[in-house]
Amino acid sequence: MEKFRGVDYYGIETLLSEDERMIRDAVRDWVEAEFIPIVPEHHRAGTFPIALIPKLGELGVFGATLKGYGCAGLSSVAYGLIMQELERGDSGLRSCASVQSGLVMYPIYAYGSDAQKDRWLPVLATGETVGCFGLTEPDHGSDPGGMKTRAVKKGDAYVLNGTKLWITNGSIADVAVVWAKTEDGEIRGFLVEKGTPGFSTLDIHGKFSMRASITSELAFQDCRIPLDNLLPNVQGLRGPLGCLNQARYGIAWGAVGALMACYDWALQYAQQRVQFGKPIGSFQLVQQKLVWMLNEITKAQLLVLQLGRLKDAGTVRPQQVSLAKMNNVQAALDGARMARDILGAAGIVDEHPVIRHMLNLETVNTYEGTHDIHTLIVGRDVTGLDAFGAA
Amino acid sequence: MKIVVAIKQVPDTATQVKIGGDPKAIDTAGITWIVSPYDEFAIEEALRLKEKRGQGEVIAVSLGPDRVKEALRSALAMGCDRAIHLNDPAWANADTLATAQALAAVIKQEQPALVLCGRQAIDDDMGAVGAQLAEVLGWPCASWIMEEAVDADAKSVRVGRQVEGGLEVFDLPLPAVLSAQKGLNEPRYPTLKGIMGAKKKEIKDVKAGDLGLTPAAPQVAVKNLEALPARPPGRVIQGEIKDAVKELVRALREDAKAI
Ligand SMILES: Cc1cc2nc3c(=O)[nH]c(=O)nc-3n(C[C@H](O)[C@H](O)[C@H](O)COP(=O)(O)OP(=O)(O)OC[C@H]3O[C@@H](n4cnc5c(N)ncnc54)[C@H](O)[C@@H]3O)c2cc1C
Ligand SMILES: Cc1cc2nc3c(=O)[nH]c(=O)nc-3n(C[C@H](O)[C@H](O)[C@H](O)COP(=O)(O)OP(=O)(O)OC[C@H]3O[C@@H](n4cnc5c(N)ncnc54)[C@H](O)[C@@H]3O)c2cc1C
Repeated sequence: MEKFRGVDYYGIETLLSEDERMIRDAVRDWVEAEFIPIVPEHHRAGTFPIALIPKLGELGVFGATLKGYGCAGLSSVAYGLIMQELERGDSGLRSCASVQSGLVMYPIYAYGSDAQKDRWLPVLATGETVGCFGLTEPDHGSDPGGMKTRAVKKGDAYVLNGTKLWITNGSIADVAVVWAKTEDGEIRGFLVEKGTPGFSTLDIHGKFSMRASITSELAFQDCRIPLDNLLPNVQGLRGPLGCLNQARYGIAWGAVGALMACYDWALQYAQQRVQFGKPIGSFQLVQQKLVWMLNEITKAQLLVLQLGRLKDAGTVRPQQVSLAKMNNVQAALDGARMARDILGAAGIVDEHPVIRHMLNLETVNTYEGTHDIHTLIVGRDVTGLDAFGAA
Repeated sequence: MKIVVAIKQVPDTATQVKIGGDPKAIDTAGITWIVSPYDEFAIEEALRLKEKRGQGEVIAVSLGPDRVKEALRSALAMGCDRAIHLNDPAWANADTLATAQALAAVIKQEQPALVLCGRQAIDDDMGAVGAQLAEVLGWPCASWIMEEAVDADAKSVRVGRQVEGGLEVFDLPLPAVLSAQKGLNEPRYPTLKGIMGAKKKEIKDVKAGDLGLTPAAPQVAVKNLEALPARPPGRVIQGEIKDAVKELVRALREDAKAI
């Protein structure tokens, strides 16, 4: 197959500024040269290419929209384009950048003390230091407000007890942003350093999705952390949800990248693969699938571009981010399944990137708020009625 | 140390080139333009020289239409300090000599200690501008260099040139013109901060008149572009294996003259 050429049926290119295009192209070239050649072996082995983390830092991907601390201060649209290109490589690569930027650097930047910012942001930006985000628990996923992890103040320390599950980069992280309830039942954020006594991690194996990404369990057993490690400037669920809003925005863009990768591959395959004496691309049913994908890509691109412009204008609402996450991930998942179909038996092997994307997108559909949960968020927004069904 | 890097914007290596309506030119519709890869080695080497010496200035220069600004912006994003765009319809049909003369005129104004360029641009593969530029300037020139070392007081440069089976080592007094061969270095990616910073750097537009030049009619002009003839279809040899092999050997020997 030929090198990925991008997909732009509506000349959306012209809606981007010159630096937004240059940023997208720089990341696209980087992914093509540094990541695409090695991802199949990592996917097979179930490992993440950890050595690329400082290289991503050097490129300037981490915390790219933040100002100061060695960050690039990019627009939200430029950041979205970065996420699109990373996920064109693999959802695991985008996840790594999403977690570091949206779920670790953002809360430190938005909710942290000056000392916490000075200490962590510069080293997280370069990728010398890796972070993770611990919100989900074994018994609380879609409903994080019910979390059981507790942080009790005892003398000069908070004592953490509880378990976090499904945590991206958990076992390689130097610092974990952990959400726990204090004695007053209020959700607070804490910075827990690797190696703190009482803090241990365990990797999750047997995944069929997001294989080129590290997913771990974090366990806290009478884990004492200094009082200064509390994120001082936020309380309640709005803390973690504020972070998720950043990361979900990136996912909405990333999903477009995964779908573009599948479409570009399936299109080329359909033009070359001959059955019944003709390229399969000449059959109506195959064309219908390709056109469906192209149509969804085009709509999804316009959706996230406008979402990004709203974000840059400071007027975006979280419910609008929910709509884009929900729509784009569903389109990507459905499109990836069609691309897999077009490849026939070839579609089930990792010589082609399609099934890897397809399986990854199952996770993307679930994490950062499942498709259905985002439907309920938008549903509540438009009807004014809550359908979450809480007792 | 002041260094000028001469770069050219060319179609992306993945482009499927089509001949245009005017058969003297290619159809540029839908082409993605990039900095010619050998020129990226030249940029990288200039930046490394500046970084190693802890001071200096790297100036990217390119001749071409408006779109060339994007190539210059990439050079700035990689780390060049400023750029000069030789942008004048008078140069629309410039051949390599006219290009070299234009470059020489800005270089005389800038007075760098070193000029770097790629060994050839990957579009028309002429590979002439570097040497012609040195000739017009009256400076020494080494082409296809694999390594370079400028001495401490920037008076001379030692270069290694790739030749069949080995390296040819030269000392050149500065100022000089060097052209980069693949393997000289591994060009860096422009960083995202570099791209943002590039917006604030200067790209100076220069017209032929600003250099006191009136480009002469080109000495070399394209008369016509022709596509390669379509490849003749392959031939399937039918029949019993024994006979087919015989026929294959005969065809390879007599028709294809391959064995
Ligand atoms: C690879 C991977 C990486 C992850 N990384 C992180 C990370 O870094 N940090 C982190 O904190 N978490 C992470 N997660 C966890 C992720 O955010 C959760 O899986 C997600 O929030 C869903 O929670 P759950 O798995 O417990 O599913 P559940 O909440 O048990 O949901 C199961 C099903 O029930 C549906 N459902 C739940 N409630 C309702 C309702 N009220 N009405 C209708 N349907 C409902 C859901 O839509 C879903 O279909 C990761 C997950 C994966 C798979
Ligand atoms: C794990 C596995 C085990 C298998 N085991 C066996 C086995 O034991 N024995 C055996 O003989 N085979 C086996 N197969 C092969 C299987 O039957 C073929 O993969 C299947 O017939 C599809 O053929 P293909 O993969 O060449 O896809 P293709 O025929 O190339 O089809 C590619 C795509 O084009 C579509 N398409 C093709 N023609 C048309 C048309 N005219 N109009 C519209 N759309 C069209 C298809 O629906 C598909 O989406 C196996 C395959 C797998 C994956």
